[in-house]
Amino acid sequence: MVSEIEPTLQRTSLSAWHESHGGRMVPFAGFLMPVQYATGVLAEHAAVRERVGLFDISHMGEIRISGEGAEAWLDGLVTNTLGGIAPGKVVYTAMCREDGGVLDDMLVYRLAAADWLVVCNAVNRVKIVAWLRDHLPAAGARLEDVSDATALIAVQGPQALPLIERSGTLAGSRDDIAGLAFYTGLQARVKDDRWIVSRTGYTGERGYEIYLPAASAPALWEELLARGADLGAVPVGLAARDTLRFEVGYCLYGHELAEDISPLEAGIGWAVKFKKAPYVGLEALRRQKEQGIRRRLTGIEVEGRAIARQGATVLAGERAVGRVTSGNFSPTLRQSLALALLEQPLPAGALTVEIRGRRLPCRVVPHPFLPARVKGDPRAERELPA
Amino acid sequence: MVADDRKYTEEHEWILVEGETGTVGVTEYAAGELGDVVFVELPEVGGDVNIGDAVGTIESVKAVADLYAPVSGEILEVNEAIVESPELVNTDPLEGGWMFKVRLADSSELERLLDAKAYQGLIGG
Repeated sequence: MVSEIEPTLQRTSLSAWHESHGGRMVPFAGFLMPVQYATGVLAEHAAVRERVGLFDISHMGEIRISGEGAEAWLDGLVTNTLGGIAPGKVVYTAMCREDGGVLDDMLVYRLAAADWLVVCNAVNRVKIVAWLRDHLPAAGARLEDVSDATALIAVQGPQALPLIERSGTLAGSRDDIAGLAFYTGLQARVKDDRWIVSRTGYTGERGYEIYLPAASAPALWEELLARGADLGAVPVGLAARDTLRFEVGYCLYGHELAEDISPLEAGIGWAVKFKKAPYVGLEALRRQKEQGIRRRLTGIEVEGRAIARQGATVLAGERAVGRVTSGNFSPTLRQSLALALLEQPLPAGALTVEIRGRRLPCRVVPHPFLPARVKGDPRAERELPA
Repeated sequence: MVADDRKYTEEHEWILVEGETGTVGVTEYAAGELGDVVFVELPEVGGDVNIGDAVGTIESVKAVADLYAPVSGEILEVNEAIVESPELVNTDPLEGGWMFKVRLADSSELERLLDAKAYQGLIGG
């Protein structure tokens, strides 16, 4: 199977492990990644909701930014507030074009006063590095794309902390990791390296993300799986990563977010600040806010045994009112659900969604479909239907 | 080795014939490729289908696949159990995960299907 896949795909330092442990490998954002393992998507999804799962997300882009001018410069490129945040803080933000369209959504870590880490989507890494370089000031800030040298392992689920506390590799930082608040991180000294551990994730569960040198990833991965066996720790592929984030309403770039979608439309307006120093896209977003946004990410439940996938048209009567950005079976709720960008205000009357030439009834429901599972998680705040 | 008591299609369905009745399902290979099945739509009992017709759908978290009629005939019965418990398609594709029963209109159509050996060759191994 493996030899049939394009040889140009990048591998992570864990690709060989996935291949030898039942990982079904697929191309994703230029990488060869495990979409699932032998036990299947539903079991992996349940493991993260109920116990703990490990994700290899080393395909993500990591960009180190440093310098005395980095704070003001970076703050001028993103919608959320970076200026003045404390070292150790992690911020979720969008990076927009002048017209307010989303270039990418990302996490920004303030590691130290003049030391930052930007974590972007793999699919946008080249674009974001180029955008940052194009906007780099003449002096005061430097950037380095460290993606290839950096592995990223996410440990997610109610047993995530107990599992990490069993790690001998991370033992030197055990108490500090246990003390991490949501959306904060620390630098852990491991041998001669500095790893970054943050209490972040893409599942809605309590969880941690560990950035480490690529060469060190296989040993940590195997250690966590071995020490977590009795906790039910399992490797989890990209398919369950998608159903997990979908249930808790986290946006996926290329679905809910794109260059022709604004962060206000996509429901991440809480990460768009209007009372901060000017940034690229601010004026366009302010105009949108003042004039009222014309479409909004909306949760829908499909009545019938079919999934409304990305691109499916949503109709009110005979008129198209929008399209599905992500749709799937919710393993937790056991319903066919979808996120759709729908015009505002929605016309009264029954909605349908067109799936393979048939129109199935659907209705607006609150999303995130699962209420916030981690206290203070703004990405999982419910927006009630309009 | 795939079960040799039945015939197969290139669309990864099996049909087990007893007298005039054929029981149809999807193969272990198909179920594995689809991954966890979450919805199944089956044909209407009493309807007539032609060989090769799309008569239903099998939807997994990852993908959707059409269910084809491997032979022509009348739909006699459908497996309601897999509508309620679609995971049967993954856990027991050759027995409890059967999809529908069809009264064969023309048993010579069976000659157009693959035997176990040919199907094994199709999926490799």
